[in-house]
Amino acid sequence: MNFLYERFLGGKNGAIGLAILAILILIILPASLDLFRLNMVGKYLTYAFVAVSLVLLWGYGGILSLGQGVFFGLGGYCMAMFLKLEASDIESTSIQSTPGIPDFMDWNQLTELPWFWVPFHSFSFTLFAVIAVPAIFAFIIGYSMFKRRVGGVYFAIITQVIAVIITVLIVGQQGYTGGINGITDLKTIHGWDIREDSAKYILYFINAFLLFGVILISRFILTSKFGRLLLAMRDKEDRVRFSGYDVSNFKIFIFCVSAVIAAIGGAMFTLQVGFMSPSFVGIVPSIEMVIYAAVGGRMSLIGVVYGTLLVNSGKTIFSETFPELWLFLMGGLFIAVVMFFPNGLAGIWDKYGKPHLDRIPKPKFLSSAKALISNKNASSVKDSK
Amino acid sequence: MSSNTDFALAIEDLTVSFDGFKAVDNLSLYVDTNELRVVIGPNGAGKTTLLDLICGKTKSTSGSIKFKNKELSKLSEHQIVHAGVGRKFQTPSIYENLSVYDNLEVSYPQGRSVMGSLLFNRTAKVDARIREIAGEVFLEDFLSMEAALLSHGQKQWLEIGMLLIQDPELLMLDEPVAGMSVKERELTAELLNRISKGRSVLVIEHDMEFVARIAHKVTVLHQGKILAEGDMKTVQNNPDVIEVYLGH
Repeated sequence: MNFLYERFLGGKNGAIGLAILAILILIILPASLDLFRLNMVGKYLTYAFVAVSLVLLWGYGGILSLGQGVFFGLGGYCMAMFLKLEASDIESTSIQSTPGIPDFMDWNQLTELPWFWVPFHSFSFTLFAVIAVPAIFAFIIGYSMFKRRVGGVYFAIITQVIAVIITVLIVGQQGYTGGINGITDLKTIHGWDIREDSAKYILYFINAFLLFGVILISRFILTSKFGRLLLAMRDKEDRVRFSGYDVSNFKIFIFCVSAVIAAIGGAMFTLQVGFMSPSFVGIVPSIEMVIYAAVGGRMSLIGVVYGTLLVNSGKTIFSETFPELWLFLMGGLFIAVVMFFPNGLAGIWDKYGKPHLDRIPKPKFLSSAKALISNKNASSVKDSK
Repeated sequence: MSSNTDFALAIEDLTVSFDGFKAVDNLSLYVDTNELRVVIGPNGAGKTTLLDLICGKTKSTSGSIKFKNKELSKLSEHQIVHAGVGRKFQTPSIYENLSVYDNLEVSYPQGRSVMGSLLFNRTAKVDARIREIAGEVFLEDFLSMEAALLSHGQKQWLEIGMLLIQDPELLMLDEPVAGMSVKERELTAELLNRISKGRSVLVIEHDMEFVARIAHKVTVLHQGKILAEGDMKTVQNNPDVIEVYLGH
């Protein structure tokens, strides 16, 4: 029990933070927002997956990927392909020259479903692909870069270039991908209409639970020796290498994990928003996602969820009132965070919020319970907030 | 390829050339088990390059490096470590963000693969070993301190401890007492004499007084070649060595 508590929840602080976030996402928001706004929050929470993936990769691993949108998109597109195929049955596409294939293929004079679309008829294959496709893609990129010891700024630039390439590829191959409009008009999973109100509620909660699952797994990784090695590599890569570790394997692994996490977010995005397009793949969304992580605090799995919610709510509110000012505000926010609050919201909380909280006298039974579960070891990992 | 030898470390005809400049030039060096060898020499003599070559940081142009008759020059860095070679860098190279305890734990030679590190457990045995090593390098009272807050000398000790916890059979230390107080130097000399038992130790050092206290044998490098080799007294009285150190 103690093991699970320390490793998955991150001890007392982690468990409390997680509980507060759970109350907010699972109770307060669904109870207080109308469905339209709740669906919007659900959309923001899919970006939070990417922010969490950046905590692992960038916050701890020190590897800045400016192409996380690619993995978000890969997950989203896999899901969208399944939904599109189900929406393109013979009956509803009977006016096309080739019935039974997605409408955009028909418009692009395709007469046959491309081979790589065929397996996406199966929902279980799709779920597998949402995980496997980004993982394999990340492995190829990671292997070819980290084995050659490409890192730092060069890695960031290359991931950015990959984001551009994938966007150009999607837009250019209209007949296979739906082009700039993306894959739209998604309707059902095995007949279950994802556009209905009840489905939107259900998907919101599935999304929320998956997010918590991802946070718990990430916490497990970060509280293990692997997590400390990530920090060590960020600090002194050579020392880790000359302590007998194959540094590149560790980087490849964390890059793949972060890709899968981002992809799960992408798949949930498609389900909740009802379409997927290249505008969530390119440079701009990828960098925006880095900003969410920076604002929330790149060392904090929970902080980045707040960061994502805050920046996106700000975006919605401001762009409804002053659409032309939003981008400047966002840029200013990023600069301000980097300059004054390098640890983001989580850093502000640790500095100003927590000391106040600790001053409140605690009821007796709490401190005795704390004594029971406190770790015997002299040093638990300090950085795993 | 050279034949097998009885030496723990046998370097033969080692050369590395950087765009024609030979930092290490046709060098042969043999170190025994239980021996503490000090390599000295003026700046640019190739001392650090020699350690870089042994630990795999730099790849040699030609020649062989054998440790316990295992050729190291073709192995990658982590494989060389697994073969039993540990190396301390010139500037203390520790993980400043982690506590002293975590620094030692990260260096513990278990859970070195991705999966192994995810499932690594801090058992009582690991804990005891970490405390034992911390005691050996005079840091038992600083286990929970963030490594960044240690003094320069303590950082040097910590890095030595991070190597010792791996129990290497060849320990290479690049200027271990740089920045240490007189008292710290004394402790370090004792430490080195203690840990050279059962393994080979290769030290690069400038402080002659310190060298005299620890060295079993001294090798003088100059322009990538061996100028003199022997015990401290012989080397100090060697006219070539005097010429190199005092001549200009």
